[in-house]
Amino acid sequence: MKKTVQELVLIENTQLNHDNFRLVLQAGSELPEIFPGQFVNVEIKKATEIFLRRPFSVLDVDYQNRTFSLLVKILGRGSRVLTTYQPGDKISVIYPLGKGFSQPETTDKVLLIGGGSGVAPMLFLSKVCGLNPENVHILLGARSIADHVDVSAYQHNGKFYFTTEDGSLGEKGFVTNHSMYKSELSTFNKIYTCGPDAMMKAIAKDAAKAGVFCEVSLENMMACGFGVCLCCVEKTTSGHKCVCTDGPVFNIKELTWQI
Amino acid sequence: MADLSVKIKDLVFKNPVLTASGTCGFGEEIADFVDLSELGGVVMKGTTLKHREGNNYPRMAETPSGMLNAVGLQNKGVDNFIRNIYPNIKDIETNFIVNVNGSTIEEYVELTERINELDKIPAIELNISCPNVKEGGMAFGVSCPSAEAVVRAVRAVYSKPLIVKLSPNVTNIAEIARAVESQGADSVSLVNTFLGMAIDAESRKPVLSTITGGLSGPAIKPIALRMVWQVAQAVKIPVIGMGGIMNATDAIEFILAGASAVQIGTGIFIDPTLPVQVVAGINDYLDRHNMNSFNELIGSLQIG
Repeated sequence: MKKTVQELVLIENTQLNHDNFRLVLQAGSELPEIFPGQFVNVEIKKATEIFLRRPFSVLDVDYQNRTFSLLVKILGRGSRVLTTYQPGDKISVIYPLGKGFSQPETTDKVLLIGGGSGVAPMLFLSKVCGLNPENVHILLGARSIADHVDVSAYQHNGKFYFTTEDGSLGEKGFVTNHSMYKSELSTFNKIYTCGPDAMMKAIAKDAAKAGVFCEVSLENMMACGFGVCLCCVEKTTSGHKCVCTDGPVFNIKELTWQI
Repeated sequence: MADLSVKIKDLVFKNPVLTASGTCGFGEEIADFVDLSELGGVVMKGTTLKHREGNNYPRMAETPSGMLNAVGLQNKGVDNFIRNIYPNIKDIETNFIVNVNGSTIEEYVELTERINELDKIPAIELNISCPNVKEGGMAFGVSCPSAEAVVRAVRAVYSKPLIVKLSPNVTNIAEIARAVESQGADSVSLVNTFLGMAIDAESRKPVLSTITGGLSGPAIKPIALRMVWQVAQAVKIPVIGMGGIMNATDAIEFILAGASAVQIGTGIFIDPTLPVQVVAGINDYLDRHNMNSFNELIGSLQIG
């Protein structure tokens, strides 16, 4: 899977809620294969005061139309300016980057847990994991109903569960407070998660206790995205590893989290 | 097409564009993006005798027109380089240069001796300017006596081209350049990063785990350019210029100031194809200015 720098054309920019946008980018030639958990590094030229590219995980891929989409959540100046791009604008992207989630076995029952912009790779994984939807459970958490994005396009990929901190959608609390999570955690063969560190650490702790396979996707600050700057390192059981090339997905057994 | 080749001592570079240490791994990491044989040279990630874990995360802070890093020479050591990396790169047609680091003069010498045994490593870059390690590194590069001592000791065991990478964190960089030239350095490369700092005002904490780090990128270019110009006036050996080069015009400015070659560093993080774009851009410039040879351009700044 060769990495490239390409000028892609933005063909769609849809606002999904107050701070989430879906950007669809089209390549001039055939797309390389892109796996859930992999990311792209985007140059935001219109934000002239921003020096480095910004990494985003991939939400979906359409090989036939040579497009992939990103879920862009406004977190700072870079993401804010990116959401102002219009269809027809050209955007330089380095992709595909990193190692994605491992492929589940065909008989696995899996739990996908997403929070914040970490929802993107979970939705992508639900679509391409190749499992019977009965065995795919997707748990998404947010502050309130206004922070959730519409997942109706993915509803047939598995069974969805929601939590909000204010109880405005699904169960009230964090994802780790959800009744399904509390009662069924040990029945899953694999747990995949992407979201805020505190959320992933809480899940990793529960998964480790229950003895369930668990992969987390990290988002350490990076400069290059392809393994040369060595800035995004995470401490692992075998020393510092680059989140951009050895990850961003790690099995929790590799990490040195105090869980 | 103009002749882009340039010599340092008796080593020929097919063009004057090299990648800077710490920004291209060992070359393999950017091979998806560029044909390494189109480059004048690849200066590989700083290497030490023993494995180094480097500093704790966070190691990077984005700054206006640049970035701070505090990687701290993370590398797997020279044995790993010789066993696992050298066999993969030795047949690629470019000059692979090892960036040599140590905490003591003895370590610099021992590492140089190991590298000297490798036929396809035609030169070393002696790094006496890393700002992110507690021992050695920049400490050697900020005074004339210590810079002279390490260059003298390494020169005694190494007869291939010896490039010395200088720190800008000094009062008078030309004096340091003259000092290393006096001990037999064949070239100086400059500048390494500027010691800097970033603070998160809301949390009232330093951004980097090491508090301070090395500043690179276009933010430092005017200072780097001034230093290259001063050093080129002060020494007879070839100067390799670097510091914030983001396009061919930036590179040409360094060459006009007196650099015989340039290194592309932080710019690779934004665009890993930048080094080959700079090669093409220098060629175009020479054509536009009716020059047949790159050598005509070196130090051709017109003053007055």
